[in-house]
Formats: sequence, C-alpha cells, structure tokens
Amino acid sequence: MQFTDEFRDNRLAQGLVGEIRRTVTRPWVLMEICGGQTHSIMHYGLDQLLPPEIELVHGPGCPVCVTSLELIDKALAIADQPNVIFTSFGDMLRVPGSQGDLFSIRARGGQVKVVYSPLDAVRIAQENPDKQVVFFAIGFETTAPPNVASVLQSQALGVKNYSVLVSHVRVPPAMHAILSSPLNRVQGFLAAGHVCSVMGYWEYPPIAAQYHVPMTVTGFEPIDLLQGILMTVRQLEAGTSEVQNGYKRVVSFEGNRPAQAMIDKVFQPCDRNWRGIGLIPQSGWELRPEFTEYDAERRFNVGQIQTRESDVCIAGQILQGLKKPAECPAFGTLCTPKNPLGAPMVSSEGACSAYYHYARS
Amino acid sequence: MCLGVPGKISEIYTIAAMRMAKVDFGGVFREVCIETLPDAKIGDYTIVHAGFALNLLSEEEAQSTLALLREMAEFEEQLVISEGITDLPAG
Amino acid sequence: MLNSSIPTFEGPVCPVPLRHEEQIVIGHGSGGRMTHDLIQKIFAPAFANPAVKDSNDSAAVGLPAAAGLQGRLAISTDSHIVTPLFFPGGDIGRLAVCGTVNDVSMSGALPLYLTAGFILEEGLPIAILEKVAASMQAAALEAGVYIIAGDTKVVEKGKADGLFINTAGVGWIPPGRDIGGQLARPGDVILLSGPIGAHGIAVLIARGELGFEADIHSDVAPLNHLIQALLAAAPHTHVLRDPTRGGLGTTLNEIAVQSQVGMLIEERSVPVLPAVRAASEMLGFDPLYIANEGKLIVIVPAEEADNALLAMRKHPLGSDTVCIGQVRSDPPGRVLLHTLVGGTRIIDMLSGEMLPRIC
Repeated sequence: MQFTDEFRDNRLAQGLVGEIRRTVTRPWVLMEICGGQTHSIMHYGLDQLLPPEIELVHGPGCPVCVTSLELIDKALAIADQPNVIFTSFGDMLRVPGSQGDLFSIRARGGQVKVVYSPLDAVRIAQENPDKQVVFFAIGFETTAPPNVASVLQSQALGVKNYSVLVSHVRVPPAMHAILSSPLNRVQGFLAAGHVCSVMGYWEYPPIAAQYHVPMTVTGFEPIDLLQGILMTVRQLEAGTSEVQNGYKRVVSFEGNRPAQAMIDKVFQPCDRNWRGIGLIPQSGWELRPEFTEYDAERRFNVGQIQTRESDVCIAGQILQGLKKPAECPAFGTLCTPKNPLGAPMVSSEGACSAYYHYARS
Repeated sequence: MCLGVPGKISEIYTIAAMRMAKVDFGGVFREVCIETLPDAKIGDYTIVHAGFALNLLSEEEAQSTLALLREMAEFEEQLVISEGITDLPAG
Repeated sequence: MLNSSIPTFEGPVCPVPLRHEEQIVIGHGSGGRMTHDLIQKIFAPAFANPAVKDSNDSAAVGLPAAAGLQGRLAISTDSHIVTPLFFPGGDIGRLAVCGTVNDVSMSGALPLYLTAGFILEEGLPIAILEKVAASMQAAALEAGVYIIAGDTKVVEKGKADGLFINTAGVGWIPPGRDIGGQLARPGDVILLSGPIGAHGIAVLIARGELGFEADIHSDVAPLNHLIQALLAAAPHTHVLRDPTRGGLGTTLNEIAVQSQVGMLIEERSVPVLPAVRAASEMLGFDPLYIANEGKLIVIVPAEEADNALLAMRKHPLGSDTVCIGQVRSDPPGRVLLHTLVGGTRIIDMLSGEMLPRIC
C-alpha cells in the first residue's frame, strides 16, 4: 500500500533505532495518548527495539475505553428500546456497562448495527423512516468531523429520525491533567498524529512551555513512531521543550481549518467524565443548543441512570476490568518487558487478547 | 481515534450539498466526505477516518521524510560494518 | 496505584469485556476463544467417550473388528450459516461441500461421502435452492465425493436467514497415516498454501453494510487433491489444518496447544493480497484472524519441507505456498510473531467476534 509499506520498512527502522541508541544518555519516560499508537507499538513490538533507558507509557488514548460508564449505560438503555436501531463503531459493542454490553442487547432482540462511518447511520435512518436511528458518537478530535458531518447531513436532508449520543473527549485538557498530576512521571509526549491532522498543533506550545515538556506530532506506522521517539529524545537530551512536527505529510501547524469550523458549528466544549480517571474539566464536546434536537440523551429521556462498576479489588482501589499491567497476575512472571503482551485495549483484537489470556488464567 | 488510512481520490461529486469523493485505498473503494478539503482534486491522496477525509497527504513531504530516513539507515549500516557491531537487536 | 483520590493516567485503562456465560452471543460462533470455551465447558463434558481422543477437525475412528477395516475412518460435521448466500467466489453450497471435504481431508483421509441437511426459511425462492444445489454438486465433482444422504426442514420466516446447511463427511485414512494437531514437533517447518484473509473480507464486503467495493473473491475450494499431492512427496507430514473461522492466528494457536509446542512466525513471510490488506487496514482487522476457506497449513519435519513445498507449488491451489515459520520447543502452547520491524509479539487466539475498530 502506498504511503504505508514504506513506513514499515525494516531497514529504515534499524536506522532510526541506531540513532535513538546513540542519542540517549539517561532514562526518559515518554507517553503517547492515542489508542492507535498504543496498538501499533504493541503490534510491531517496538518497545523491544528501544534502548532500556526509554520507557514508553501509554496514556488514556482510547476513546472507546474512556467513555464514561454512565454514557455506556445510557447507550444500553436506548438500544434496549423497541423501535430503535442503535448504530455504533464496532469496538463499542464489547465495552461493559453496569449490566451487560451491546452484545447482550442484541442477544435479547435489540437492533444494534455496526457502521464504518456515521454517515452510513444517516443513510440507515433514511431507509428506516419508521425507526429511530441513534449513533454513538464517541471519539477524540479525529472523529469529531465525521460525527458532526452526520448531524449536518441529517439536517440538510431533513432526516428527522436520526440522533447522536455524544461522548467526545479532547486531548489538550487530558495533557494538562496528566502533566499537573503529582504522580506524573511523563517527560516527553508523542502527540496523536490524526488528531493533529484535524486540529493542527497550535494548542500544544503553551502546554509544552508551561510544563517544560517536549512534544512531537507523531504518526502511526512503526517508522513514524520511531521517528517521533527520536525527535522527542533529542529534545530531552538537549533540554528543550518545543512542539515539533514528525508527521509532516499529513499535519500542519494550523491543521484543517474548515474541519475545525465544522466542529465549532455543531459542538461546544463541556466537562467530561473519563472512565477510570474521573472528571476532567472542559475535556469534552457536546452539541450546541441549536442542535439539541439531534441529542439522543434528550430525545430518549435517559436521565438518571444508576451506574455500578463492580469492584473486585486486588489492592483495594482497583475497579474490576480496569487492569493495569502491574495488576495483571502474569506481570513480571509470564509477561515481562522482554516478552510483552498486547495493550489491553478493548478496541484491538489480536494485540489485546494475549493480555486477556493472562489476566484470566 | 486514529485509524486513518491513506487513499487516492478517484471521483468527486456532491450529495446533499456536501462534497464527496470515491477513494481508492489500493483496490478497495469507498465513498468519503471531502467537505473540509475544498482544494482536493482527483489524484490527490488523503487520510480517511470513518468515511471522512481528515486532510490531504503530501507526497512531497512523504518523499522528503523517507529520503532523510534512508540516509539515516545508510549511516547506520556503515557504522555496523565499520565497527563490527554485533550487539544490536536482531532485525 | 494506591491512592484512589488521585487519578492515574499511566497504562491502559480499558475495561475487560464481559465473559457472557449465561447467554449465547454472536462471539460464541467466531471460532475463537469463546467458541473453544463453549466446547470445553458444554460439549466436551457432555459427549465424553473413548472414541474422541484428540480435538482435530475430524474424528478418526475404527469399525468393529469383524469388519476387517484397514486404516481408519475420518468423520466430520459442519454447519453453514453464511450471509449473504452468494458472494464473490462462491456461495453457501460450495462452502458447505468444501468445508466438510476439507475437514475430513485434514487427517490425511481420502474424502468419500457427504450428507447434506437443509433448514430452509419459509419464503426462500426455489430458484435460489436450485442454484445452491447445483453449486454443491459442482463442488462435489471437483472434490471427487458423492453427496449420498440428506434432510430438509422448513422453518417460519425470520428463523433461518434464508438457508442453513449442515454437512457431514466420511473419509478413509490409509493404514500407517497419522496426521493431527497433536503431532507438531520442535524443528518442524510451517508452510502456508497461499495468501490469507480473502474469504472473510469477500463475505463481509458482500453484506453491503460497509459501503466498500473491491475485487476480492472468496478462496473457497476443496483441498483434498492438493493434500494427496503433498503427502505423496512428504509422507511424514505431521499436521494439516485449514485456517477457517478465527483465521491463521487462531488455528496455529490450537495446534500449538494441542502439541504443546511453541511457534515462531515471520510476519514478512505471511502473504496477503493487496486489496485484502487494504480492506483490513481500513477496518482495523488483522489478516491473521480472518477466515479462509481454501488455504492449508502444513507442519512437516524439516527433512521433508523442501519436497513438500515443491509438490504444493506444482498444484494450482498451492502455487503460492511459502514457509512462514518454525515449530520450537518453547514457550509451549504459545505462538510468537517476528514483526516487520524486528520486534517479537504474541499472536493469541481470536477472543470473540472481530469488530471494526476506530482507534
């Protein structure tokens, strides 16, 4: 595939790894906040190629995983209603709510459909005028343009039976929360490349300056990731804290202005609850008042929902299902940095199921 | 949030006042919304996520990045040969 | 992290999926871990008997002594529920015949006879049934087997997705031939007959729900002739298996566990057609887990590997045969992948349903 295979080239990887090894003189902790990047690192075993001084830490970059339990429960409540066709990205089906998941709803006869694009959900609404079609609009900034486009298209076409259940999250507030935490060890950031292809990276220099943390806009292929790591480590060794662009073929400083305008037309910032983390102020997007009619939460009146994360505590504070590698029973025995398991992401099949194998056994 | 795949625009049209394109991902074709890329033309490459084109992909930037990385790879290979380094990870 | 009032941001924070132990969900049919759990927890204990010793694609059994049987019988069954009924490269009928012919053939048996049971949905056009039956006969002729018995039931509209087919197959394993998933040994070479992922992607695209268009065809085909050609050149082949539901990744895991061996696969050696790769990338699927219906995994002692490869490549269904890896002694029951850029990771079994991902 063009613009993909070249960025998976073994020879180029070795060149980057060599340069990283020559550059690094002391330990550094780098974080990426992007589910796709975490997946890629695990898929290609990149962390094994790096010198031991570099520790890669995975941030809360999977929008599927950080969607609040309350919203999952609302989704389940809506999907359970007769006359509703509940549409969603595939990986949301597996996320557990307080009781069951979207698979369970399907098992009891609910109509739950996976779509590749929210625009397809609008088409489903057109084709099923006697049903209510709801789309679970989750995602970071990358997914905001398709999600808002579906609302605008629905409006333009006069489709009245389409609504969205919104759970958007934003990267910059998350970075603030991470970097200002007293437990923070992150010294350098790999910024999510596709988020930046939409938003640009003009939001990051103030954050980099405030916390003195260098950042590199990074892509997703193994070569892109290694390059992002190299650029960040070079800055760390030099003591600088700029924001640099390591994904130039797709990202510019301003980003995609028309896309930002489209998002701004439909969404406004709001507080958001991140599952497993808590409330991060102004870290989400919600529909603007003029688009209220497309808000599934209002249309279906799924107000007060009692949520319950069941707690099977290993150390007294850990919520069931929110497992970190340190809590995995295989950690340090079967699973070591030399022999890594996949990232435990619900949204990635192959890489994460190895983790679940150990977590269950 | 980041599953974006490069594809080549092969047709452009309009649906409900939104600019759409048929994109070729290397043998797989799919309709994509290119509303936010007013300058996109047939033959351009774009990164597509959930049926939406996020931005254009610059072939020039891609080639220039690859050229730099190839130099780095060559340098690494020369170093390995000249220093007889044997403790690098198996590649 | 000990202090619950300070949020922790490091490390993956993903909720582990539910185990679904009270109701069947679609993942139980995926061919992956959930299917295996179902078999281990429900079916195996219920049907325990001395004739079933190994968990292979077909059971190898004998007859009462008075029959004077030389060799053994291989018996297998499979049900086919594919939607849509017709897809590029094949249809439910061809799938049914080839699927069971292949299951029986994986023991090295010569497939002989098939039965076919039909569950028809009220309202199914008879013309469709005619097409399916014709396709089944064509596949049977291609494989050289006879469809000798069958059954038909009709259910109310809405209960059968058009048409479900169950096939059972019987074959003969010549004496002295012992091939099965429990026989892989360290040092064995792992061969794959061609590119993976085409069938699963072709069917998915044919459902029309993704809006994809592509020239991708199912690879559905009977593999018995390829197998006979292979066994003539490499008679000490240890394992044969077709990577159907759950894909290459799941199938290799099954064998690794059955044989209690490790495996190391070279990512760069695993062939995937460009369009299949493109579709997989767009959906976030790993081709390693996508179903194939006309591909063969061969695990053969190193000394017979070259002969095996040559013999397979001479056959039209094996012309793209490659070596994809090796069997090792450890870690036992684990399949590892040496990635394109030099890292190593674990390939596990598919858990449940493979879902298009967003991140």
